Amino acid sequence: MTTLAELIIVAVILLNLSLAASGTLAACIRLAAAQGVIAALLPLLAGREVPPGTLVFCGAVILLKGAIFPWLLTRARIKANVSKDADPVIGYPASIILCLGAFAASSWLGARLPLPETARVAWIVPASLSTIFTGFLLLTTRTKAITQVLGYLVIENGIYIFGLALFVEQPLMVEMAILLDVFVAVFVMGITIFHISREFDHIDTAELSQLRDWHSGEAK
Amino acid sequence: MIKPLIQYFLALLLAPLLSGVINRVKAFFGGRRGVPLFQLYFDLYKLAHKTPVYSRTTTWLFRAGPVIGLAAMLCALALLPFGGRPSFLSFDGDLILLVYLLGLARLAAVLAALDTGSSFEGMGASREVQFAVFAEPAFFLALAALARGGGGLSLSGIFSNLTPAAWLTASPVLTLVTVSLFIVFLAENSRLPVDDPNTHLELTMIHEVMVLDHSGPDLAFIFYGAALKLWVLGGLIACVILPRHSGSWVVDSGAFILAMFAIAAVVGAIESVMGRLRLLKVPYLLMTALTFSILALIFQAGR
Repeated sequence: MTTLAELIIVAVILLNLSLAASGTLAACIRLAAAQGVIAALLPLLAGREVPPGTLVFCGAVILLKGAIFPWLLTRARIKANVSKDADPVIGYPASIILCLGAFAASSWLGARLPLPETARVAWIVPASLSTIFTGFLLLTTRTKAITQVLGYLVIENGIYIFGLALFVEQPLMVEMAILLDVFVAVFVMGITIFHISREFDHIDTAELSQLRDWHSGEAK
Repeated sequence: MIKPLIQYFLALLLAPLLSGVINRVKAFFGGRRGVPLFQLYFDLYKLAHKTPVYSRTTTWLFRAGPVIGLAAMLCALALLPFGGRPSFLSFDGDLILLVYLLGLARLAAVLAALDTGSSFEGMGASREVQFAVFAEPAFFLALAALARGGGGLSLSGIFSNLTPAAWLTASPVLTLVTVSLFIVFLAENSRLPVDDPNTHLELTMIHEVMVLDHSGPDLAFIFYGAALKLWVLGGLIACVILPRHSGSWVVDSGAFILAMFAIAAVVGAIESVMGRLRLLKVPYLLMTALTFSILALIFQAGR
């Protein structure tokens, strides 16, 4: 069972790298969804008997991250009528190298982080830290508004995996609350993206760097 | 002592058959009958009887290239274990020698290509070296990840330490290493996603362009060296996916040879269903291999 969990951890890390390397928005949406689903399977492989509450929770996570989020994001992408490319600020090889460095650093950190004696699978902490870093990378180096939402989702995936390492019992209420927050956030962001694109004909956040009032004040 | 020598000569004898298998599989996918299975043997025989032609602009470097290449491959083959059975020439650190022997063969080919003075061959040499920059670290780190798993720094030690139980406990590492080695195998042997072995007249070809000016026995040396390289790198993959089992020597060797032909069949299938990558995308593929190797090494180091 632990070998299977380790394989899932490896898959999560590989998905991080492919998120850093993939060039199209559609692929990024699919990869983030796949990562969410795979990470949601982790608590089922914890090596103990699975209580029905956890089962329901995992089902909810898979439904939300695997079906509803991608659907919302794809809808926003099509309605906003954006070009297919992710338009990174830095090149793909540089992104991959940053991701690898982050994984090396987080595995160094993970070996030193004092944790309660519950970390059943090695590598959970490094994987979660590097997933969070990949989310930050997507947030900072991609210019489209949709990739900002994706980065946010990837960070949530990382926090979710980190939660698995920390808690003996899955605190269902907390996780549910986070999920609800994320759901609302993605929902609101989908609407916002649509409005931005209708207002400005693009969703390039690099262009959205000036406030209108401030700018008109300059002009006077 | 006699068994490792038999292994070595079996490898020498069977290596040209791999490209025959690849070609037959490709022909099968294309609905053709294809060239005979033993075509490369016929070609080698024919070429060995021809008189080589040398251009007046070439120097001794051009003549030395194929000989050094073949000699390096013969040494590399001597280091390779045969399905978990140790080779007759194994010592601590021989995996580093293996990497450098492959590098020496490449250097000889590149120097010989540059020595012709043809800009076309210089282009091929430049590409060969450019891709090697990515392929060599990937190969080396994959071997390092395997060595980290136990068994010291000798290939025979590593692969005799690699048991089926290792696949149960360290399957993520071994899977990453296998994928990485396979990409390096395709790139180093100029197989399809990286380079098309069938074309001689494409502007994007890499390896084939370097050997255009060789003829006669020199060309036979190059073809045979390429066949041995296919066997050496394929043999490493076969050793990883087919861990040592405590059966008899005959069973082990037979399984290893079957695995080699299975790998050749997989290569043929890949070449039939895939097109080649754009030249600018090839470094990305090799970077993927490098990434897999680094990941495997980090995982193995933290176990």
